[in-house]
Amino acid sequence: MSVTSVEPSGARPRRLSPSRFMIYAGLFVAAVYYLLPLYVMVVTSLKGMPEIRLGNIFSPPMEITFQPWVTAWDSACTGLYCEGLKVGFWNSMKILIPSVIVSIAIASVNGYALSNWKFKGSEVFFTILIIGSFIPYQVMLYPLVIIMRELGIFGTLTAIIVVHTIFGMPILTLLFRNYFAALPVELFKAARVDGAGFWQIFLQVLAPMSLPIFVVAVILQVTGIWNDFLFGVIFAGTENYPMTVQLNNIVNATQGVKEYNVNMAATILTGAVPLIIYFLSGRYFVRGIAAGAVKG
Amino acid sequence: MNKHNVSVSVQDLSLSFGTLTILKQLNLDIQEGEFLVLLGPSGCGKSTLLNCIAGLLDITEGRIFIKGKNVTWAEPKDRGIGMVFQSYALYPQMTVERNLSFGLRVSGMDKAEIDKRVARAADILQIQPLLHRKPGQLSGGQRQRVAIGRALVRNVDVFLFDEPLSNLDAQLRAELRVEIKKLHHSLGNTMIYVTHDQIEAMTLADRIAVMKGGVIQQLDAPHEIYNRPVNRFVAGFLGSPAMTFLDGTITAANGGPAVNINGTVVPLGRYGFAGAAPEAGRPVTLGVRPEHIAVGGASPEPEADRRHWVTDKVTLLEPTGADTIVWSELGGLPITVRVDAEKHFHVGEPFAYGLDLTRASLFDKASGDRL
Amino acid sequence: MSGDRRPSGLTRNLNAKIAAVPMILTALVVFVGCSIWSIGYSFTSSNSLPVNEFVGLAQYERLFKTSRWIVSLKNIAIYGVFSIFFSLTMGFLLAALLDQKVRFENVFRTIFLYPFALSFIVTGLVWQWILNPTFGIEHVVRGLGFETFSFAPLSDRNTVIYALLIAGLWQGTGLVMAIMLAGLRGVDEEIWKASRVEGIPAWRVYVSVIIPMMKPVFVTTLVLIGSGIVRLYDLVIAMTNGGPGASSEVPAKYVYDFMFSRGNLGQGLAASTIMLIVVITIMIPWIYIEYGPKKRA
Repeated sequence: MSVTSVEPSGARPRRLSPSRFMIYAGLFVAAVYYLLPLYVMVVTSLKGMPEIRLGNIFSPPMEITFQPWVTAWDSACTGLYCEGLKVGFWNSMKILIPSVIVSIAIASVNGYALSNWKFKGSEVFFTILIIGSFIPYQVMLYPLVIIMRELGIFGTLTAIIVVHTIFGMPILTLLFRNYFAALPVELFKAARVDGAGFWQIFLQVLAPMSLPIFVVAVILQVTGIWNDFLFGVIFAGTENYPMTVQLNNIVNATQGVKEYNVNMAATILTGAVPLIIYFLSGRYFVRGIAAGAVKG
Repeated sequence: MNKHNVSVSVQDLSLSFGTLTILKQLNLDIQEGEFLVLLGPSGCGKSTLLNCIAGLLDITEGRIFIKGKNVTWAEPKDRGIGMVFQSYALYPQMTVERNLSFGLRVSGMDKAEIDKRVARAADILQIQPLLHRKPGQLSGGQRQRVAIGRALVRNVDVFLFDEPLSNLDAQLRAELRVEIKKLHHSLGNTMIYVTHDQIEAMTLADRIAVMKGGVIQQLDAPHEIYNRPVNRFVAGFLGSPAMTFLDGTITAANGGPAVNINGTVVPLGRYGFAGAAPEAGRPVTLGVRPEHIAVGGASPEPEADRRHWVTDKVTLLEPTGADTIVWSELGGLPITVRVDAEKHFHVGEPFAYGLDLTRASLFDKASGDRL
Repeated sequence: MSGDRRPSGLTRNLNAKIAAVPMILTALVVFVGCSIWSIGYSFTSSNSLPVNEFVGLAQYERLFKTSRWIVSLKNIAIYGVFSIFFSLTMGFLLAALLDQKVRFENVFRTIFLYPFALSFIVTGLVWQWILNPTFGIEHVVRGLGFETFSFAPLSDRNTVIYALLIAGLWQGTGLVMAIMLAGLRGVDEEIWKASRVEGIPAWRVYVSVIIPMMKPVFVTTLVLIGSGIVRLYDLVIAMTNGGPGASSEVPAKYVYDFMFSRGNLGQGLAASTIMLIVVITIMIPWIYIEYGPKKRA
């Protein structure tokens, strides 16, 4: 043992070595970069306009005011209407809830059929679905508009729900197919020997033991659909514009004086739903996006 | 042949996926109340055959009868079979009671009858105290009983077991093996049991079907399979330590047939040929089980000793506890002999051993078939 | 029900087929049908409504003579190259740093990943504010005494695309980090033990062993980033709306504007077909690597 050492001998030195210091320094700098916008959003939304004009965007508010939040929610203007973001919030909810339910219901049954009840051609359709998910949406937008128009649902909630179901299908189906394929196939066989059919096996045996993947799917869909802009602006119709579209219309409105504090409050309000989901779900969120990244 | 006593009949069954043939023209009649074991290495098609009988796989050709009824295309539930899986496949979110009753509930049976049947099965299997537990709270043995119970409540004719003991440790496996055997005695149902474990096969089976490459190699009682394997594959698959195989050629010695193994001539006078004795010059393989070789020198009365004695050296010793496996040579080829652990040998010492040719097997070298 | 007759092809597995109808419709009608429709009509003279008058490659010739389309292509190329480079390097670096058994790993990971939960609209609006020429970073730094400091990319035609890049990277690198971290966690612990026994420095193990081992992860991430880049639209809308002038236009926006605002369907469809071709060119090598000639087992 070294005589110069005055520290207790242990498996691990407690002192921060230069390389450890570099690691933490790197992580800290990165953390600042990622946190800065959130911080700026919050402080800006709590300042009054005079303070914004005088101060700098990074300084904390000298006088905290919640008025921008109230304005953003209740009376911010998009073009001619000044009803605030609340309209968009409720629109987004009206789009979100049925879209999440329908898309997950369809995709979970799909994934189940694909993993346990393969039929001639089922893999072909699945492959088209997966490859199709890489096609830029722009390629399919116009014909979809025509189809919706022919069906008489263009510009309605139904249209936007259908569109979310369609474009959520590849990733969700992949997710459920892989999950069900990883469940012991003997459970499925046992249920068949017991005489259970297609729906009974799904509803009574497999679905009850697949709660985690349903949670992942819900998180994936809630964030994805809430954050959507393109489909909302095209398919939902003006009176159903989701929150993202309204937010953009408020912030990027060309008329009137720019109220940056109201804009930031509105931005936080719009980001709040997925952020809350993210902070609450943590592990599941990571699992969801990892599932999206891993090939089938 | 008395058709009434046949429980399961598989006729000309073939299964292939595209160009890949899994099962080839299988024929198999299983008697009422018989315990049949399908034995073979992994990939031999034994589990596939069981799944075909269960109706979980669609066959390509052939027919399957259960109790005289053609069930080739019937749904699994309509075949009168129950199945016990390797993982037991208990529904994890249901209690034992609901696991047992699931099939009956699905079929829409009335509650009173379901309760009666569950109670009876729980009684037979002694799992009444477990009825309200979830599978996750059960031991391996208890899970097996629930899995069997699931077949029992449905009053099935045939029990199918798909390697039910493979996931367990050696001790539990031995215990549960005995339980299955007892259950077969008390229930008397036909049972078809898939395994790759020769001990399970030997101890449980009325008859064993040894499979390889989608073909049944031999279908016979366990002792027949062990003592008179029809080919080199069956001979090598059963027995531990494995049978010793010695390649040689047929010669004539002292008027009778013999096999010449690199110059060492072993007379085959006492060997029971399946047909006519093969002609001289034919390449053959002589198979001898380690436990069919005696040590300790020739009997005082040579004419009473039916063995052929050879003397060589001990090359290696493998003590296993109860026995010791002695490695020696015959005509330069390695041969193993199972001896009592109390007898002491040393590597390099001379070693005399006597081959019992009445219990040996002789195979054609090219085809591997028994001669 | 008799068990002696082979069920006919259609009724076999009927429930599964019924359940798969939405998938079959989506695959055939939307993904295949709509794409073919769009490609087909890109060869017509369709204006505000689709018409069947075939004009050959005229729409494409016109497209590539339009300066706005050329700018869009140039922008997406710059954005794409830098975005791929920085998200892969930053994502891997952050993952590698997090993989050093650091304290508060969860806190750091949560911080790096949260922007990915936000929409591009929110992302764009925040960064629009931070980079605001009047009140943003430039204003703050000048206030600190650096009077000549200049950093207002949003109002400069030549640098506006880099402003989009900063915002895009902020939103997306967390995802790359998460995937890379999962990849690093999948590396056999014994590789690290073996390299420590042999005395190989950690950076060398990363470069020579770990990164080559993680090739499939990199390829998958690349495809993921790539398909995101092609779709770049919302961020531009929120942050610059294509400006100043048309200096931050991107192909997806070009398509949308020509289809839905300008009533020039043929142009929109031709542009979208080019986008599809680009994606296919990216995808084919990937499919070849992933699913092509099977590795000898």
